Amino acid sequence: MSARAAGENLVVKAQILDEDGIRRALVRMAHEVIERNRGVENIGIVGIHTRGIPLAMRLAREIGRIEGVTPPVGTLDITLYRDDLTTIARQPVIRETKVPFEVEGRRILLVDDVIYTGRTVRAAMDALIDLGRPRVIQLAVLVDRGHRELPIRPDYVGKNVPTSQREIVSVRLRETDGEERVVILERPAGDDDREADRVV
Amino acid sequence: MGLQRKDLLGLEHLTRAEIELILETARPMLAVLGRPVKKYPTLRGRIMVNLFYESSTRTRTSFELAAKALSADVVNIAVATSAVVKGESLVDTARTLEALGADWIVLRHSSSGAPHLLARQVRAGVINAGDGLHEHPTQGLLDLFTLLRRKGRIEGLRVGIVGDVLHSRVARSDIWGLTRLGAQVVLIGPPTLVPPGIEKLFPGVEVSYNLREVLPSLDAVQVLRLQLERQKRGLFPSVEEYSRFYRLDSERLRDWRAKPDLVVMHPGPANLGVEISEELANSPQSAIREQVQNGVAVRMAVLYLLAGGRTEE
Repeated sequence: MSARAAGENLVVKAQILDEDGIRRALVRMAHEVIERNRGVENIGIVGIHTRGIPLAMRLAREIGRIEGVTPPVGTLDITLYRDDLTTIARQPVIRETKVPFEVEGRRILLVDDVIYTGRTVRAAMDALIDLGRPRVIQLAVLVDRGHRELPIRPDYVGKNVPTSQREIVSVRLRETDGEERVVILERPAGDDDREADRVV
Repeated sequence: MGLQRKDLLGLEHLTRAEIELILETARPMLAVLGRPVKKYPTLRGRIMVNLFYESSTRTRTSFELAAKALSADVVNIAVATSAVVKGESLVDTARTLEALGADWIVLRHSSSGAPHLLARQVRAGVINAGDGLHEHPTQGLLDLFTLLRRKGRIEGLRVGIVGDVLHSRVARSDIWGLTRLGAQVVLIGPPTLVPPGIEKLFPGVEVSYNLREVLPSLDAVQVLRLQLERQKRGLFPSVEEYSRFYRLDSERLRDWRAKPDLVVMHPGPANLGVEISEELANSPQSAIREQVQNGVAVRMAVLYLLAGGRTEE
């Protein structure tokens, strides 16, 4: 998303979260994860490339701070599980999938920055299940922007943001973008609405 | 970013960026081969046809495993039992396969340039799996990938290619790939198999008839299969004589002061005891087993990149 946001004439329409807002949302989500799972035993956290990974690490750290036990964190690249290989003009570079714990029988917390159509999460679940059969998969996202195309619902949400399909939600994190905020960008009329979700 | 091509015909005309993209894409492909579920769903419903006019076990099997690891379906055409014996031409055969739904045709043919001819005639992607004395691009790519994984880089390496360079399409693809990525290449063998003037065909390539002299400077060596049928044509006096000057074994590497971390490769199948000793082929210095496994990963990368590159649909 931000690759496009950087280059093209997109206008910042609104800021949805600032640095404190992101931090507070993650703290609350960490508490919710612990509460829902009655602790952190047997939990593994998996971040989806790119911005799911720093968010996964922060959630793990926060949970560790609260519970005294930090769950292990893995990374997932879903490129090879996408359903739109032939329609994307340029292939995304495949990045590393590294899950340093047994997925079989574990409670997996999947983490991404934004949920939109749900196709990325669908692909991520397929990728995850190929690594083993998890006991449960739960989903945490910093922003839910609506417009689902699949029956997928996050378990933990930082912020619900109603958007139009013309808009782009851009999560900017220190680790990947050098700043901490979430903004809504708007593109000029005529562009393909869904392109942004595809390049994530 | 991407391979904006429908075919992979050779390394001669690939850019450095394209080769690097394939090598980078091969890395995650290799990872899946070590997992319990050795499959990605990426090319589900696509069809790859192996059309081999020359015998091959390892290349054909490697392509088949690569396609299957990406969930594509595979059809193997054994030419001896096909309509080819009824005189159907290469292009007719390929058009038929295309009409039956083939997305890619993997072609091995004894005529140099056959895949190029085919690529112009069919809409399906054509992958060259060896054409005459010309190229064997996926072998070249897997050799690059193997070296890259062993050495961490290609740029600046000094790589010897030893043996029957004259008749080797592997050597040609290796030369184009290695030089494009900035390695120095030395062709080594008797003058009948490394003809004088060959360096003029490949800018920047050196030639040596003396393995002993050049060995200490090498970071890696690709030992070519001695095509024993060539001996009948008098291109080398005897297998024993060839071995005396050009065979690699551990003792010789030590006596001739090869670098201790010299990487030894062989595209297979090896004549053990002729161009390479069995003991060296199975030693930790040998990358021969990795080459086989890396071959599947590299071919997966090629299929994946060609699939996404078909933007005309």
